[in-house]
Amino acid sequence: MLPLLSILIFLPLIGGLITFFSGANARKTALTIALAELVFSAWVLLGHFSPAAGMQLVEDYWWVESLGISYKIGIDGISMALVLLTNVLLPLIILSAFGRTIKSPALYFGLMLLMQSALVGVFVALDGFLFYIFWELALIPIYLICLNWGGENRSRITLKFFIYTLFGSLLMLVAFIWMRTQTQNLSFDIDQFYALKLSAGAQSWVFWALFLAFAIKMPVFPFHTWQPDTYTDSPTQGTMLLSGIMLKMGIYGVMRWMLPVLPQGIATWGTLAVSLAVAGIVYASLIAWVQKDFKRLIAYSSIAHVGMIAAAIFTLSSQGLVGGVVQMLSHGVNVVGLFFVADILMNRTNTRDLGSLGGIRSVAPAFATSFMIVLLGSVALPLTNGFIGEFMLMSGIFRYNAILAAIAGLSVIFGAVYMLRAYRKIMLGESTTASANFTDLSWNEKAVLYPLVVLIFLFGVYPEPIIQLVTPSVQQLQDVITNAGAATLR
Amino acid sequence: MNTLIALSGLGLITLFSEIFSFKKLIRPIIFLGLVTALIFSISDWNTNQSLFNNMILVDNYAVAFSTLLIGLTIVWFLLSNNVFLEGATEVDHSALVVFALIGAVCMTMYSNMIMLFLGIEILSISLYVLAGSDKTNLSSNESAIKYFLMGAFATGFLLFGIALTYGATGSFSLTAIGDAVASGGNTNSAMLTAGMFLLLIAMSFKVSAAPFHFWAPDVYQGAPTAVTAFMSTVVKTAAFAAFLRLFATIFASNTDVWSTTLWAIAALTILLGNIAAAAQENIKRMLAYSSVAHAGYLLLAILSMNQLAAGAMFFYVVAYSVSSLLAFFILLIVSQKTGTDTISGFKGLFKTHPVLAILTVIAMLSLAGIPPTAGFFAKYFIFTAALDAGYIGLVVLAVAGSLVGVYYYFRPLMAVFSPTEETEGPIVNPSTVVLLVILAAASLLLGASPRLISGLLG
Repeated sequence: MLPLLSILIFLPLIGGLITFFSGANARKTALTIALAELVFSAWVLLGHFSPAAGMQLVEDYWWVESLGISYKIGIDGISMALVLLTNVLLPLIILSAFGRTIKSPALYFGLMLLMQSALVGVFVALDGFLFYIFWELALIPIYLICLNWGGENRSRITLKFFIYTLFGSLLMLVAFIWMRTQTQNLSFDIDQFYALKLSAGAQSWVFWALFLAFAIKMPVFPFHTWQPDTYTDSPTQGTMLLSGIMLKMGIYGVMRWMLPVLPQGIATWGTLAVSLAVAGIVYASLIAWVQKDFKRLIAYSSIAHVGMIAAAIFTLSSQGLVGGVVQMLSHGVNVVGLFFVADILMNRTNTRDLGSLGGIRSVAPAFATSFMIVLLGSVALPLTNGFIGEFMLMSGIFRYNAILAAIAGLSVIFGAVYMLRAYRKIMLGESTTASANFTDLSWNEKAVLYPLVVLIFLFGVYPEPIIQLVTPSVQQLQDVITNAGAATLR
Repeated sequence: MNTLIALSGLGLITLFSEIFSFKKLIRPIIFLGLVTALIFSISDWNTNQSLFNNMILVDNYAVAFSTLLIGLTIVWFLLSNNVFLEGATEVDHSALVVFALIGAVCMTMYSNMIMLFLGIEILSISLYVLAGSDKTNLSSNESAIKYFLMGAFATGFLLFGIALTYGATGSFSLTAIGDAVASGGNTNSAMLTAGMFLLLIAMSFKVSAAPFHFWAPDVYQGAPTAVTAFMSTVVKTAAFAAFLRLFATIFASNTDVWSTTLWAIAALTILLGNIAAAAQENIKRMLAYSSVAHAGYLLLAILSMNQLAAGAMFFYVVAYSVSSLLAFFILLIVSQKTGTDTISGFKGLFKTHPVLAILTVIAMLSLAGIPPTAGFFAKYFIFTAALDAGYIGLVVLAVAGSLVGVYYYFRPLMAVFSPTEETEGPIVNPSTVVLLVILAAASLLLGASPRLISGLLG
C-alpha cells in the first residue's frame, strides 16, 4: 500500500526543491509539478477515498517518541475538500504569473510549491505538534514571497504580518503542549485530545489561546489589522495564496482542533466569538464600501466573507459546518479570481484606483464577462457557487440567533452594493487615459479565468458532490462534539 | 583522558612549529590532531572512567560536550583559515585556540573544583589574548582589557566560592561536596550558602547572564569576528556544560536556596538581552546581546534540574552553535567587502550573492527558533523541560522574548531582500561556501529529525 498522503505532501516539496534549480524553465517546471499533484489528488479522491469512511488513509509513525510526537496523518471529507481546493488553485495561481515579469522566478515558484506542501500537511495532520510544524512551515514561504516580491512598504508590513501570526501560533503551541500534559499517555495525538475532559476553567483559557491563533490567521475582527496592508502589498500570487488557501487554515483549525476539544469553552465564549465575527462582517463591509484601491476593497470584502464563515461554524449547527466548508471552497475560487482581475487591471493600466478607470467593457468583452461572473459568485447570486455556501451559513446563524443573522445578512446587501459599484466604475462609463488602450485577455489569462468561471457555475448549479463529500465527516465531527460535551457535563 | 593528552600535545607541537620552522605544515597538523582528539573523545562513550584520583570523570555528559567542542573547533579552524589565521601571527593564534579548547574540555569533564578552576583559567587567559589579537585596532585592545579586568574579577569570585565551599564541606571533590551538602548535618550553612552564591555569580559571569553580562557586548563587538564566533560557540558551550555539571552534582539537593535567585537572573537575562538586541544597528553587537538572551534560555535548563535538562541543554548548544557559526562567518564575509558590521552591509545580498543570502535566512530562522530549523526544537526542548519543572511564568516570558527575537533577527533577513544598486557580491572561497552550506544543512537536518541527538543524554 502506497503512503498516498505522504506522497501528496512530499511531491510539491521535492518539486519545489527541483524548481529552485530549474533556472529559466521555472514556470513550466512548477506548473507541471502542480498539475501532477492535482492529478494525483484527483486519483486519490476517485480511487482510494470514500466520504462515508471517516478518517482514512491514516499513516502513523513516531517522530520524537520521548515527547509523544508522532507523524500521524489522515484524511476525511473536510480535509479532502481543502486539499482539493489547494491543489486546484495552485496550478491556476502559478499560471496567473505567466506573461508577467518576475525577478528570480526559480525561487518564486519553488517557494509556492513548498507552501503547497505545508498547506496539504496542515489539512491532513492528525498530531497536534505536526499540525503546528506544518502551520509554521506554511508561513515561511509566504513571508519570503511577500518580502522579496512585494510592494513598496513590504519590509515593515510583512514583519508585522509575521510577528502577528507567530504570536498567535505560539499561543496555539503553548495550548497544545499543555493539553498534551493532560492526556492519558502524554501524546499530541488528536484522538487523545478528543478524549480529554478538561475543567471549565482550563477550557476557557485554552479557548482563548486557540481562538487567538485561528482568529489572527483568518482574520476575525478585531485581529485583522495585519491583513489589508499585507494583501495589498503582496505580489498577486502571494495574495492569492494568502486569501485563497492560507486563511482556510484558520477556519479548518477551528473545526478540527478547537470545536471537538472545548465544548465547554465554546458554550461559554461561543456567543462572543460569533458576535465578534458578525461585527467584523459589518465593519469590513463598510470599510470596503469606501475603498478606492480595488485590491484593498477585495481584502476588506474577504474579511467580511470569512467573518460569515467563522460566525456560522461557532454555532456548531450542521448547516453552519457544512456551509462553512462549502463556502471556504467558493471563497477560495472567487477571491483568487477577483485578485487576478485586479492584477490584470494593474498590469494593463498601472493603477487600481477606481476613480481613474472606466469604459473597459466595450474594448475587452471577454475580460468584462469573466469579471462579472467572478463578481456575481462573490456577491452570492443564485446559481453561482457563492450562493450555496452563503445560504447554508445564513440558515446556520439564523437558527442560533435571528438578530445576529439579520445583521450578518446586511453584509450580503453591502457586498452586492460595493462590488457592483466597483464594477461600474472600472468597466462602464467613459474610458480614461489609463484605460483607453486596454487589450482583452491573453491566452494565459483565459487559462486562469475560464476554469474559475466554470467552477463558479458548476458548483452553483450542482453543489451536491461537495455536500456529499463533506456531510458525513461533519456528522462525525458533531458526534465527537456531542460526546465531549456530554462527558464534560457528567 | 586520551582526548586531553592529544589536545595538550597538539598545543605544544603548534607552539614548536615556529621554533623548528615547520610552520608550513601547521594547518594539516592541527587538523589531524583535532580529528585524533575527536576520535579519542568519541571512543570514550559509555566508558564512564574516573581518572587522576577522581580529578576527572569521563561520563557520557563529558563525552558529548567535549566531542561537540572539538567538532566546533574543527569547523571553526576550517572557516578561519585565510580570514583570521594568516600571516605572521597564524601560529600564535592557532596555539591559543587549541589551548582554549583544552580549557573548555577540562570544563566538561572536571570532577574536582581544582580542575574546574584550571579549565576556566586556561580557557579565559587564551581568550583575553585572542580578543586583543587585532593589535592595530583600538576596539580590539579595549575589548581585551575589558574582558581581562572583568574576567579577573569573576575569577576572584570563583576562587572565593571554591574556598568557602571547601571550608564548609572539607573537600574539593564534587561528589564529596555533593554528599556533604545532601546530608546537611555538620556543614556550616552560612559559609556554604555564601560559597554557593559566589560560585553562582562567577558562573553567571562566564555565561554572560544579566546583571553580569556588561562585558559581553563590548568584548564581542571589539574582538575580531572570528574570535567572537569562537566565544559565542565553544566558550559558551563549555561554560554552560561546567555550570550545569557544578550545580547538578553539588547543589542538586538544596535547589530551594538558589533557585529563586537563578530564576531572577534568568528572567532578567532574557528581558535585557532581547530588549537591548532589538535596539542595535550593528549586527555584531546585536548578535552579542542576542547571545545574552540565549544564555537566559539556557539557564532554564539549569533551573529545571530534571532528567530532561542535560539533553535539552545539549541540543540547544548544538543548534545555537551551528547557527551562530553560520551567522558570524556570513557577517565576516559580508563585512570584509563592505567594511561595516551594520545591517546595511546585508542590503541586496539576495541579488549579489543568492547562496549567502539563503544561508543568512536559514541562520536567522534558526536563531529565532522558527521551524523547520534546529533552533525551534532547541527552544521547544528547553521550554518543555522548564514546564515539566513547573516554571510556567518563566516560560511565558521566554516565549515573549523569542517573539522580540523574531523582530531583530528578521532585520538582517529583510535587508537581504531589499533592493540595491550594487552588482558585485562579496568574494567567498568556494570551500567556505561548502562548509557554510553543510552547517545550514545540519541545522535543517536537526530540525527535521531531532532524534539524532536529542536522546543522547537522558
